[in-house]
Amino acid sequence: MTSEQLAWKIRRHGIEMTHLSGGSHIGSIMSVTDIIAVLYANVIKYDPQKPKWEGRDRMILSKGHAGAAIYAALAESGFFEIEELKTHYANGSRLSGHVSHHLPGVDFSTGSLGHGLSAGAGMAYAIKKEHKNNHVFVVLGDGECDEGSVWEAALFANHYRLDNLIAIVDHNHMQSLDFCENTLELENLGDKWRAFGWNVFEINGNSHKELKETFSLAIDVKNQKPIVIIGNTVKGYGVTFMENDILWHYRFPHSGWEYDKAVTELHKNKPEGVEDPYTPNGIENPILPDDNADIFNDHTTSYTWKPSYPVKKERMSAKLGGEKF
Amino acid sequence: MRDTFVRTLLEEAEINSKIELVTGDLGFGVLKPYWEALPDQFTNAGIAEQNMTTLAAGMALEGKIVFTYSIGNFPTLRCLEQIRNDCAYHNANVKIVCVGGGFVYGSLGMSHQATEDIAILRSLPNVTVVCPGDLVEAKEATKAIANMPGTCYLRLGRGGEKRIHKYIKDFEIGKAVLIRTNKHETSPKIAVFSTGAILDDATEACNELEKKGINLMQYSFHTVKPIDKDTIRKCTLECDYIVTIEEHNIIGGFGSAVSEVMSEVDGKAKIIRMGINDEYCIRVGDQKYLREQYGISKGAIMRRIGDL
Repeated sequence: MTSEQLAWKIRRHGIEMTHLSGGSHIGSIMSVTDIIAVLYANVIKYDPQKPKWEGRDRMILSKGHAGAAIYAALAESGFFEIEELKTHYANGSRLSGHVSHHLPGVDFSTGSLGHGLSAGAGMAYAIKKEHKNNHVFVVLGDGECDEGSVWEAALFANHYRLDNLIAIVDHNHMQSLDFCENTLELENLGDKWRAFGWNVFEINGNSHKELKETFSLAIDVKNQKPIVIIGNTVKGYGVTFMENDILWHYRFPHSGWEYDKAVTELHKNKPEGVEDPYTPNGIENPILPDDNADIFNDHTTSYTWKPSYPVKKERMSAKLGGEKF
Repeated sequence: MRDTFVRTLLEEAEINSKIELVTGDLGFGVLKPYWEALPDQFTNAGIAEQNMTTLAAGMALEGKIVFTYSIGNFPTLRCLEQIRNDCAYHNANVKIVCVGGGFVYGSLGMSHQATEDIAILRSLPNVTVVCPGDLVEAKEATKAIANMPGTCYLRLGRGGEKRIHKYIKDFEIGKAVLIRTNKHETSPKIAVFSTGAILDDATEACNELEKKGINLMQYSFHTVKPIDKDTIRKCTLECDYIVTIEEHNIIGGFGSAVSEVMSEVDGKAKIIRMGINDEYCIRVGDQKYLREQYGISKGAIMRRIGDL
C-alpha cells in the first residue's frame, strides 16, 4: 500500500471510529495522519507477525490522544484485524482512546503528554549502549511541547548524542482551547530545538513527498545529534469544515451532515486502488449543513475573550486590528 | 545505609552487565565507587527527575535493569506520574531508590523530608515497596530487588544507621524479620512492628521494655508491599496489641497497611499506630531531634507501649 493510500484509509477509519465511539481528537488524528502513513508505509521496520521482533524500529505516539491514527495504521499493516477498529472506546475493547501497549505493535503506552520523548530517549540510549542499529521514532504534538519534561528529554538526547532518535512534531498550531500562539507562545519552535542542539528539519507535514525526503535524510544524517522534524500540518486536514477549527479537537462527527459531509469530502480525494470498508460508494444524497449548522465558526477562547490583563488586552487588540474594548 | 546500598549494587552490577545506575545529579562522593568501577553502567541524567524516570522505563523495556537514584521526594513525588504510567503500568524493570526516608535530611527542611512516600508508592499497582531497617536489611534488599523483575521502590536511610541484625537467614521480599519473641508470660502480649530505619529506636525501646518485664515480640517489616500478611494474622490472633512504628505520616503508610490486614482477621489484637501525626515538619533539627519532636523517638515508643 502506498503512503497516500494508507493515509486515506487512516482518515476514513478515523472518521468512522470517532463517529461510532463518540471519541474525541479527530482534528489531531487528521493532522498527524500523513506523518503516521509515511512512517508505516515507507520508513519504520516492523514485522506484524512478530511485533516484538528485536530488529524492529521503535515507535512511540507521544500525543497518545491521536490513538485512532496508530490503531488504523497497525490494522492496515497487518498487526490485527481491521474489523477490530470498530471496537474503539467500547466495553471490552483493546483500543482505548489513548494508545495502550496491550496491543501488538505498540511499544509504549501514552496519553499523559510529555512522556514519549523521554521513553524514546531511554530506548535509543539503551540501543546505542548495546551497539544496535534500530531507530526510535517519537511523534509529538506541538501543544505537548508546553510540557517541561519534553525539554528535559531534549537536553538529555543531545547530551548523550542520540542520533538514532528521530522526533516528529505534528505542528498543527492548535491545542485544546485555541491556537498555540494564543495559549503559550511556542514560536520560533525550530529555533528552540536548534538551541537544544538538535538537527532540525521544518517541512510541510501533510506532504508525503517532503515527509519521505526528510525521513530519508534524517536516517542518513549521523552527526551525533538527535533529529527533530517539525511537520507543519493543518489540524483536521482533509475535511474542510474541520480544518483549523478548534471545535473538532473534542467534537466527533455526529450522524447527519457532519458525518455525511466528512465522508463525501474524503471520497472526492480517494486515491486509486483504495476501498472504503464502510461506505464503498460514498454516501448517496448526503445530508448538507443547514443555516443553523455550526460550521466555519471560530471556537477559540481568544475569539470571545475580553481580557483586562494589560498584556493580553494589547495582544487581543492587535489581533483584532486595533479594536478597542 | 546508602553506602551499603552502593557497595551491594556495585557487586551485583559487576556480575550483571544489564544493571544500570541513573542518578538525578545527586550522590557526590557516595556513588563515586560505583561510577569509577563501572562507568559504562552509570548515567547522570541531570536535575530532571521526570525525564530520568521515563528514560529508565525506556531503557528497561530494552532489557536493562535500571536503578534511579535521588534523595527525598525527588525520585518519587516529583515524578509520580512517570512512575505510574511509564514504569509500573509497563511493568518496567526500574528500581526507584530514595535516600533519606523520613527525617534523614531533617535540618534541610520540609522539602527534603520524605514523609508521605510509602503511602503514595504502595498505592500504585505493580510497585513493590521496600524500606530496609538496617545495614543488613539494606544489603539483602538491594540484592533481592536487583534480581527480581518489575518496578520497585527502595526507601533508604542515609548513613550512620546501627546494625541491628547479625545476619538474616532466608531474607525474602515480603517477609518480616523476627527480632525477638516473648520471654515473659505476663499479660498483655504486645507485638511491635516497624518499617525502615526507625528500627534502631524501636529496638532500643524494646530492649528497655523487655528489661522491665514487658511481654514483647518484635518484627522488622523491610517490605511494606507486598505486606507480610501471615505474620500480621498470627500476631492479630495471638497478641493483645500490635504497635506499628514508622518515620512517615500516620495516614496511608505502614500502619495503615497493617490495619488493612488486621481488619480482615477476626483476632483480638488492637492496633496502636505511631507515626507523624498528619502534619508537615515546621521545626528545624536533625533526625534524632525531629523524631523526639514528632513523637516517634525511643522515649516516645517506650512511653506509648509502657502505658498499655
